[in-house]
Amino acid sequence: MNRAYKILIGLLLISYCSSAQIKPLNIDQLNQRLDSGKDTTYVINFWATWCSPCIAELPYFEKINEKYKNDKVKVVLVSLDFKSKINTTVKSFIKKNKLKSELFYLNESNQQVFIDQISKEWSGAIPATLFVKTDAKKRAFYEKEFNFEELESTLISFKN
Amino acid sequence: MRVFVLLLFMIVNFSVNAQTTGYKVGDIASDFDLKNIDGKQVSLKNYTNAKGFIVIFTCNTCPYSIAYEDRIIALHNKYSALGFPVIAINPNDPNHPGESYVNMQERAKSKKFPFAYLMDPDHIFTKKYGANRTPHTFILSKGTNGNVVEYIGAIDSDTDNAKGGGDKFVELALNSLLQNKKPETTFTKAIGCTIKWKKTT
Repeated sequence: MNRAYKILIGLLLISYCSSAQIKPLNIDQLNQRLDSGKDTTYVINFWATWCSPCIAELPYFEKINEKYKNDKVKVVLVSLDFKSKINTTVKSFIKKNKLKSELFYLNESNQQVFIDQISKEWSGAIPATLFVKTDAKKRAFYEKEFNFEELESTLISFKN
Repeated sequence: MRVFVLLLFMIVNFSVNAQTTGYKVGDIASDFDLKNIDGKQVSLKNYTNAKGFIVIFTCNTCPYSIAYEDRIIALHNKYSALGFPVIAINPNDPNHPGESYVNMQERAKSKKFPFAYLMDPDHIFTKKYGANRTPHTFILSKGTNGNVVEYIGAIDSDTDNAKGGGDKFVELALNSLLQNKKPETTFTKAIGCTIKWKKTT
Protein backbone atom coordinates (compact mmCIF):
# COMPACT_ATOMS: atom_id res chain seq x y z
CA MET A 1 0.00 0.00 0.00
CA ASN A 2 1.58 3.27 -1.02
CA ARG A 3 1.75 6.29 1.20
CA ALA A 4 -0.82 8.46 -0.58
CA TYR A 5 -3.34 5.66 -0.35
CA LYS A 6 -2.79 5.35 3.39
CA ILE A 7 -3.25 9.09 3.83
CA LEU A 8 -6.46 8.95 1.82
CA ILE A 9 -7.88 6.19 3.97
CA GLY A 10 -6.80 8.08 7.06
CA LEU A 11 -8.61 11.20 5.89
CA LEU A 12 -11.72 9.23 5.04
CA LEU A 13 -11.72 7.69 8.50
CA ILE A 14 -11.32 11.06 10.14
CA SER A 15 -14.17 12.58 8.14
CA TYR A 16 -16.38 9.57 8.86
CA CYS A 17 -15.80 9.50 12.63
CA SER A 18 -15.73 13.20 13.44
CA SER A 19 -18.63 15.58 13.76
CA ALA A 20 -19.47 18.16 11.12
CA GLN A 21 -17.58 21.45 10.89
CA ILE A 22 -19.30 24.75 11.53
CA LYS A 23 -18.94 27.48 8.94
CA PRO A 24 -20.13 31.09 8.68
CA LEU A 25 -23.21 31.82 6.60
CA ASN A 26 -24.90 35.07 5.68
CA ILE A 27 -28.43 35.47 4.34
CA ASP A 28 -27.32 35.86 0.70
CA GLN A 29 -25.34 32.64 0.92
CA LEU A 30 -28.30 30.88 2.52
CA ASN A 31 -30.64 32.05 -0.25
CA GLN A 32 -28.19 31.01 -2.99
CA ARG A 33 -27.92 27.65 -1.34
CA LEU A 34 -31.70 27.23 -1.18
CA ASP A 35 -32.16 28.38 -4.81
CA SER A 36 -29.67 25.85 -6.09
CA GLY A 37 -31.35 23.10 -4.06
CA LYS A 38 -34.26 22.87 -6.54
CA ASP A 39 -36.23 19.76 -5.58
CA THR A 40 -34.47 19.29 -2.24
CA THR A 41 -36.52 19.95 0.86
CA TYR A 42 -34.46 21.97 3.31
CA VAL A 43 -35.20 21.89 7.00
CA ILE A 44 -33.36 24.85 8.48
CA ASN A 45 -33.31 24.97 12.23
CA PHE A 46 -32.21 28.09 14.10
CA TRP A 47 -30.73 27.20 17.46
CA ALA A 48 -28.10 28.17 20.04
CA THR A 49 -26.16 26.34 22.73
CA TRP A 50 -27.77 28.60 25.37
CA CYS A 51 -31.32 27.75 24.28
CA SER A 52 -32.54 24.75 26.27
CA PRO A 53 -35.61 23.93 24.13
CA CYS A 54 -33.32 24.08 21.05
CA ILE A 55 -30.92 21.58 22.59
CA ALA A 56 -33.83 19.34 23.47
CA GLU A 57 -35.06 19.16 19.87
CA LEU A 58 -31.66 18.91 18.12
CA PRO A 59 -31.64 15.08 18.23
CA TYR A 60 -34.94 15.05 16.31
CA PHE A 61 -33.40 17.12 13.52
CA GLU A 62 -30.38 14.83 13.46
CA LYS A 63 -32.69 11.84 13.26
CA ILE A 64 -34.66 13.39 10.38
CA ASN A 65 -31.42 14.13 8.52
CA GLU A 66 -30.33 10.51 8.85
CA LYS A 67 -33.71 8.91 8.18
CA TYR A 68 -34.55 10.95 5.06
CA LYS A 69 -31.09 11.39 3.56
CA ASN A 70 -32.09 9.37 0.47
CA ASP A 71 -35.34 11.30 0.04
CA LYS A 72 -33.88 14.67 -0.98
CA VAL A 73 -34.24 16.08 2.51
CA LYS A 74 -31.43 18.12 4.00
CA VAL A 75 -31.26 19.40 7.54
CA VAL A 76 -29.23 22.56 8.07
CA LEU A 77 -28.51 23.73 11.60
CA VAL A 78 -27.85 27.45 11.93
CA SER A 79 -26.43 28.60 15.25
CA LEU A 80 -27.37 32.02 16.61
CA ASP A 81 -24.78 31.87 19.36
CA PHE A 82 -22.77 34.98 20.12
CA LYS A 83 -19.87 35.08 17.63
CA SER A 84 -17.41 35.19 20.52
CA LYS A 85 -18.60 31.69 21.54
CA ILE A 86 -18.30 29.90 18.18
CA ASN A 87 -14.72 28.72 18.60
CA THR A 88 -15.19 27.66 22.19
CA THR A 89 -18.64 26.70 23.48
CA VAL A 90 -20.26 25.97 20.13
CA LYS A 91 -17.44 23.88 18.66
CA SER A 92 -17.08 21.82 21.82
CA PHE A 93 -20.87 21.30 21.93
CA ILE A 94 -20.83 20.05 18.31
CA LYS A 95 -17.99 17.70 19.05
CA LYS A 96 -19.49 16.39 22.27
CA ASN A 97 -22.88 15.75 20.66
CA LYS A 98 -21.33 14.46 17.40
CA LEU A 99 -23.70 16.53 15.27
CA LYS A 100 -23.83 15.19 11.73
CA SER A 101 -26.17 17.64 9.98
CA GLU A 102 -24.72 20.53 8.05
CA LEU A 103 -23.68 23.28 10.47
CA PHE A 104 -23.44 27.02 10.12
CA TYR A 105 -23.41 30.05 12.35
CA LEU A 106 -25.26 33.11 11.18
CA ASN A 107 -22.77 35.71 10.03
CA GLU A 108 -25.11 38.68 10.15
CA SER A 109 -25.16 41.51 12.65
CA ASN A 110 -28.33 43.48 11.91
CA GLN A 111 -31.20 41.61 13.56
CA GLN A 112 -33.69 44.12 12.18
CA VAL A 113 -32.79 42.98 8.68
CA PHE A 114 -32.04 39.30 8.90
CA ILE A 115 -35.03 38.24 11.04
CA ASP A 116 -37.48 39.55 8.42
CA GLN A 117 -35.38 38.07 5.61
CA ILE A 118 -35.77 34.62 7.14
CA SER A 119 -39.48 35.13 7.74
CA LYS A 120 -41.84 38.04 8.33
CA GLU A 121 -43.60 35.76 10.82
CA TRP A 122 -40.52 35.43 13.01
CA SER A 123 -40.39 37.52 16.20
CA GLY A 124 -36.78 36.48 16.79
CA ALA A 125 -37.43 33.88 19.48
CA ILE A 126 -35.76 30.50 19.06
CA PRO A 127 -36.12 27.63 18.43
CA ALA A 128 -37.39 28.45 14.97
CA THR A 129 -37.51 26.24 11.88
CA LEU A 130 -37.87 27.04 8.20
CA PHE A 131 -38.92 24.48 5.57
CA VAL A 132 -38.02 25.36 1.98
CA LYS A 133 -38.57 23.59 -1.32
CA THR A 134 -37.45 25.92 -4.10
CA ASP A 135 -38.91 24.11 -7.13
CA ALA A 136 -42.34 23.97 -5.56
CA LYS A 137 -42.03 27.60 -4.38
CA LYS A 138 -42.88 26.40 -0.90
CA ARG A 139 -41.72 27.97 2.33
CA ALA A 140 -43.11 27.35 5.81
CA PHE A 141 -41.93 28.88 9.05
CA TYR A 142 -42.47 27.73 12.63
CA GLU A 143 -41.47 29.63 15.76
CA LYS A 144 -41.91 26.72 18.12
CA GLU A 145 -40.24 23.60 19.46
CA PHE A 146 -40.96 20.25 17.88
CA ASN A 147 -41.11 16.73 19.18
CA PHE A 148 -40.03 14.04 16.74
CA GLU A 149 -43.54 13.04 15.62
CA GLU A 150 -44.56 16.64 14.96
CA LEU A 151 -41.37 17.35 13.07
CA GLU A 152 -41.72 14.26 10.93
CA SER A 153 -45.42 14.83 10.16
CA THR A 154 -44.73 18.51 9.36
CA LEU A 155 -41.93 17.47 7.00
CA ILE A 156 -44.02 14.81 5.27
CA SER A 157 -46.99 17.10 4.72
CA PHE A 158 -44.66 19.86 3.52
CA LYS A 159 -42.65 17.88 0.99
CA ASN A 160 -45.57 16.00 -0.58
CA MET B 1 -57.45 10.20 9.17
CA ARG B 2 -53.84 11.29 9.08
CA VAL B 3 -54.63 14.25 6.89
CA PHE B 4 -57.47 15.19 9.20
CA VAL B 5 -55.20 15.10 12.25
CA LEU B 6 -52.67 17.23 10.41
CA LEU B 7 -55.32 19.73 9.40
CA LEU B 8 -56.59 19.86 12.95
CA PHE B 9 -53.06 20.41 14.18
CA MET B 10 -52.56 23.24 11.70
CA ILE B 11 -55.82 24.91 12.72
CA VAL B 12 -54.97 24.66 16.42
CA ASN B 13 -51.48 25.96 15.72
CA PHE B 14 -52.85 28.88 13.74
CA SER B 15 -55.38 29.87 16.40
CA VAL B 16 -52.71 29.76 19.11
CA ASN B 17 -50.60 32.16 17.06
CA ALA B 18 -53.55 34.44 16.44
CA GLN B 19 -54.40 34.47 20.13
CA THR B 20 -50.97 35.63 21.23
CA THR B 21 -50.54 38.62 18.92
CA GLY B 22 -50.99 41.09 21.80
CA TYR B 23 -50.63 44.85 21.66
CA LYS B 24 -49.67 47.03 18.76
CA VAL B 25 -48.19 50.50 19.01
CA GLY B 26 -51.01 52.94 19.81
CA ASP B 27 -53.04 50.45 21.86
CA ILE B 28 -53.96 51.17 25.48
CA ALA B 29 -52.07 48.78 27.72
CA SER B 30 -53.88 47.08 30.55
CA ASP B 31 -52.73 47.70 34.10
CA PHE B 32 -51.62 44.65 36.07
CA ASP B 33 -51.46 43.55 39.66
CA LEU B 34 -48.44 41.28 40.05
CA LYS B 35 -46.24 40.14 42.91
CA ASN B 36 -42.87 41.83 43.27
CA ILE B 37 -39.77 40.14 44.70
CA ASP B 38 -40.39 42.04 47.99
CA GLY B 39 -43.75 40.30 48.37
CA LYS B 40 -45.81 43.40 47.56
CA GLN B 41 -48.28 43.65 44.69
CA VAL B 42 -47.33 46.18 42.00
CA SER B 43 -49.58 47.99 39.52
CA LEU B 44 -48.91 50.80 37.06
CA LYS B 45 -51.38 52.96 38.98
CA ASN B 46 -49.05 52.85 42.03
CA TYR B 47 -46.57 55.05 40.15
CA THR B 48 -48.42 58.34 40.57
CA ASN B 49 -45.52 60.55 39.45
CA ALA B 50 -44.53 58.51 36.39
CA LYS B 51 -44.94 59.88 32.87
CA GLY B 52 -44.77 56.38 31.53
CA PHE B 53 -43.06 53.03 31.89
CA ILE B 54 -40.39 50.80 30.43
CA VAL B 55 -42.04 47.38 30.83
CA ILE B 56 -39.50 44.65 30.08
CA PHE B 57 -40.40 40.98 29.97
CA THR B 58 -37.19 39.33 31.09
CA CYS B 59 -36.08 36.39 33.17
CA ASN B 60 -33.30 34.76 35.18
CA THR B 61 -31.84 32.17 32.85
CA CYS B 62 -32.00 33.44 29.26
CA PRO B 63 -28.48 34.47 28.14
CA TYR B 64 -29.99 37.33 26.15
CA SER B 65 -31.73 38.60 29.29
CA ILE B 66 -28.52 38.21 31.27
CA ALA B 67 -26.56 40.02 28.55
CA TYR B 68 -28.95 42.95 28.92
CA GLU B 69 -29.22 43.08 32.74
CA ASP B 70 -26.65 45.84 33.22
CA ARG B 71 -28.18 47.86 30.39
CA ILE B 72 -31.66 47.46 31.95
CA ILE B 73 -30.31 48.70 35.29
CA ALA B 74 -28.67 51.67 33.50
CA LEU B 75 -31.95 52.46 31.71
CA HIS B 76 -33.81 52.57 35.03
CA ASN B 77 -31.14 54.68 36.70
CA LYS B 78 -31.22 57.18 33.87
CA TYR B 79 -34.92 57.33 33.04
CA SER B 80 -36.83 56.72 36.29
CA ALA B 81 -35.78 60.18 37.50
CA LEU B 82 -37.14 61.54 34.21
CA GLY B 83 -40.49 59.81 34.78
CA PHE B 84 -39.99 56.48 33.03
CA PRO B 85 -39.12 53.70 35.51
CA VAL B 86 -38.32 50.16 34.43
CA ILE B 87 -40.79 47.47 35.49
CA ALA B 88 -39.42 43.99 34.81
CA ILE B 89 -41.85 41.09 34.50
CA ASN B 90 -40.75 37.45 34.44
CA PRO B 91 -43.10 35.78 31.94
CA ASN B 92 -41.84 32.24 32.50
CA ASP B 93 -43.42 29.29 34.26
CA PRO B 94 -41.92 29.45 37.78
CA ASN B 95 -41.58 25.65 37.67
CA HIS B 96 -38.99 25.98 34.92
CA PRO B 97 -35.47 25.42 36.33
CA GLY B 98 -33.98 28.66 37.61
CA GLU B 99 -37.16 30.69 37.20
CA SER B 100 -38.87 30.30 40.60
CA TYR B 101 -39.86 33.21 42.83
CA VAL B 102 -36.90 32.46 45.11
CA ASN B 103 -34.55 32.36 42.09
CA MET B 104 -35.91 35.77 41.05
CA GLN B 105 -35.29 37.17 44.53
CA GLU B 106 -31.74 35.82 44.48
CA ARG B 107 -31.00 37.24 41.03
CA ALA B 108 -32.44 40.63 41.93
CA LYS B 109 -30.40 40.70 45.12
CA SER B 110 -27.10 39.70 43.52
CA LYS B 111 -27.53 42.22 40.68
CA LYS B 112 -29.04 44.86 43.04
CA PHE B 113 -32.01 45.48 40.74
CA PRO B 114 -33.19 49.04 41.43
CA PHE B 115 -36.56 48.33 39.77
CA ALA B 116 -39.59 46.13 40.44
CA TYR B 117 -39.20 42.54 39.26
CA LEU B 118 -42.62 40.94 39.05
CA MET B 119 -43.77 37.42 38.36
CA ASP B 120 -46.55 36.55 35.92
CA PRO B 121 -46.82 32.84 36.75
CA ASP B 122 -49.98 32.23 34.72
CA HIS B 123 -48.76 34.28 31.72
CA ILE B 124 -51.90 36.47 31.92
CA PHE B 125 -50.22 39.80 31.15
CA THR B 126 -47.52 38.18 29.05
CA LYS B 127 -50.26 37.03 26.68
CA LYS B 128 -52.24 40.26 26.95
CA TYR B 129 -49.18 42.34 26.02
CA GLY B 130 -48.07 39.81 23.43
CA ALA B 131 -44.57 39.24 24.79
CA ASN B 132 -43.12 36.22 23.00
CA ARG B 133 -39.47 36.25 24.00
CA THR B 134 -37.10 37.50 26.64
CA PRO B 135 -36.08 40.26 26.77
CA HIS B 136 -39.06 42.01 25.13
CA THR B 137 -39.65 45.70 25.83
CA PHE B 138 -42.90 47.71 25.83
CA ILE B 139 -42.61 51.46 26.39
CA LEU B 140 -45.84 53.03 27.66
CA SER B 141 -46.72 56.69 28.09
CA LYS B 142 -49.44 57.92 30.42
CA GLY B 143 -52.23 59.56 28.50
CA THR B 144 -55.70 60.79 29.40
CA ASN B 145 -57.24 57.50 28.27
CA GLY B 146 -54.67 55.23 29.88
CA ASN B 147 -51.19 53.95 29.21
CA VAL B 148 -50.45 54.11 25.49
CA VAL B 149 -48.05 51.59 23.90
CA GLU B 150 -45.36 53.72 22.22
CA TYR B 151 -42.67 51.18 21.36
CA ILE B 152 -42.37 47.39 21.19
CA GLY B 153 -39.17 45.47 20.66
CA ALA B 154 -35.48 45.27 21.39
CA ILE B 155 -33.48 47.39 23.82
CA ASP B 156 -30.80 48.00 21.20
CA SER B 157 -29.40 46.43 18.04
CA ASP B 158 -26.25 45.01 19.61
CA THR B 159 -26.86 42.20 22.08
CA ASP B 160 -23.17 41.29 22.28
CA ASN B 161 -22.47 44.93 23.14
CA ALA B 162 -19.61 44.64 20.66
CA LYS B 163 -20.38 48.01 19.12
CA GLY B 164 -21.26 49.85 22.33
CA GLY B 165 -24.96 49.11 22.01
CA GLY B 166 -25.43 49.90 18.29
CA ASP B 167 -28.79 51.59 17.68
CA LYS B 168 -30.23 52.30 21.11
CA PHE B 169 -33.90 51.86 20.22
CA VAL B 170 -35.33 52.21 23.73
CA GLU B 171 -33.27 55.28 24.61
CA LEU B 172 -34.13 56.95 21.31
CA ALA B 173 -37.83 56.28 21.86
CA LEU B 174 -37.68 57.62 25.42
CA ASN B 175 -35.77 60.73 24.36
CA SER B 176 -38.49 61.47 21.81
CA LEU B 177 -41.27 60.92 24.35
CA LEU B 178 -39.52 63.21 26.83
CA GLN B 179 -39.63 65.93 24.16
CA ASN B 180 -43.36 65.22 23.68
CA LYS B 181 -42.65 63.67 20.30
CA LYS B 182 -43.61 60.27 18.97
CA PRO B 183 -40.68 57.84 18.61
CA GLU B 184 -39.36 57.40 15.07
CA THR B 185 -38.79 53.67 15.44
CA THR B 186 -41.74 52.07 17.17
CA PHE B 187 -41.23 48.37 16.45
CA THR B 188 -38.12 46.21 16.28
CA LYS B 189 -37.41 42.51 16.30
CA ALA B 190 -34.65 40.70 18.17
CA ILE B 191 -33.26 37.28 18.84
CA GLY B 192 -34.30 36.09 22.26
CA CYS B 193 -35.40 33.10 24.31
CA THR B 194 -38.87 31.73 23.94
CA ILE B 195 -41.26 32.14 26.86
CA LYS B 196 -41.30 29.02 29.02
CA TRP B 197 -45.06 28.40 28.96
CA LYS B 198 -46.76 26.19 31.52
CA LYS B 199 -47.25 22.74 30.07
CA THR B 200 -51.00 22.85 30.64
CA THR B 201 -51.64 26.10 28.76
